[in-house]
Amino acid sequence: MIGDGMHVEFIAWAYAGVALLTFGLIGYVVWEARRVKERLAALDKAGIRRRSAETNS
Amino acid sequence: MSVDTVKQPNWFSRLAHPGQFLNWTRHVVWPLAGATVVAFVVGLWFAFLNSPEDYQMGDMVRVMYVHVPNAWLSQAVYGVMFCAALGTLVWRHPLADVANKAAAPLGAVFTTLALYTGALWGRPTWGTFWEWDGRMTSTLVLLLIYLGIIALWRAFDDQLKAGRIVAIVTLVGALNIPIIKFSVDWWNTLHQPASVFTAEGPRMPASILTPLLAMMLAFTLLFALLQIVRMRTEILRRRADSLSRQAALQGGAK
Repeated sequence: MIGDGMHVEFIAWAYAGVALLTFGLIGYVVWEARRVKERLAALDKAGIRRRSAETNS
Repeated sequence: MSVDTVKQPNWFSRLAHPGQFLNWTRHVVWPLAGATVVAFVVGLWFAFLNSPEDYQMGDMVRVMYVHVPNAWLSQAVYGVMFCAALGTLVWRHPLADVANKAAAPLGAVFTTLALYTGALWGRPTWGTFWEWDGRMTSTLVLLLIYLGIIALWRAFDDQLKAGRIVAIVTLVGALNIPIIKFSVDWWNTLHQPASVFTAEGPRMPASILTPLLAMMLAFTLLFALLQIVRMRTEILRRRADSLSRQAALQGGAK
């Protein structure tokens, strides 16, 4: 179990930095995926879709 | 008797077809996300609540539980990109350059985190945030290679051409990976020699190895999840680009 020894600030900065960048990366990946899906939905709404999609519908 | 002359694609080719990939990965994303969260909860529980202090480093050993997984992924992601580059140049597989493009920013982030946590670990244990030794310098070079590859992908409108150029750069850049791996053996360095992936097995007690492996599993699952989501996004982006071009051509023809 973590103690109250020396260098706790280094451990805190390390984990805080990892959390910040990891959550930032996850957020970016999710935002990027949503943006592309919205773009495809807009194209679909405008009647621009793949020929295979038209055949299936 | 009829002879079937059409060669059927093998299971891997079927799974890796962009349309099939979108289909089967749709069912994988949420279970993988759940497994990643569970792995992080278990890993962090071990790291903070169920692992001892190191007899020399004290609590600073806990930085290792985020440093080593990111250092491992900085190289493993490059391994994925290396295989993807071979897939692009040798088999011209349609998903290979998608995989390369999706992995590059992930590798850059994991490498940045390895350098950042390494610097914070180094200050109290070695007395310095940074030293131009073999391991740290070659890892910094790896980060620059990742950034170069990301820049190359953005520099070309023609993604097929970009894919081929990036694949060549990725293969050349792979020379840096054995340098990172063996730098601690080849040169006198502040960095300790390998203590997890050695021929004789890990050189650390189970009480420290267990949280380390749990965190490595968590970060590896996170990479797999983000890689799949980014590959799906890239396939859909190319589809959207293609539809936009098609619409522009039709609009121009009218």
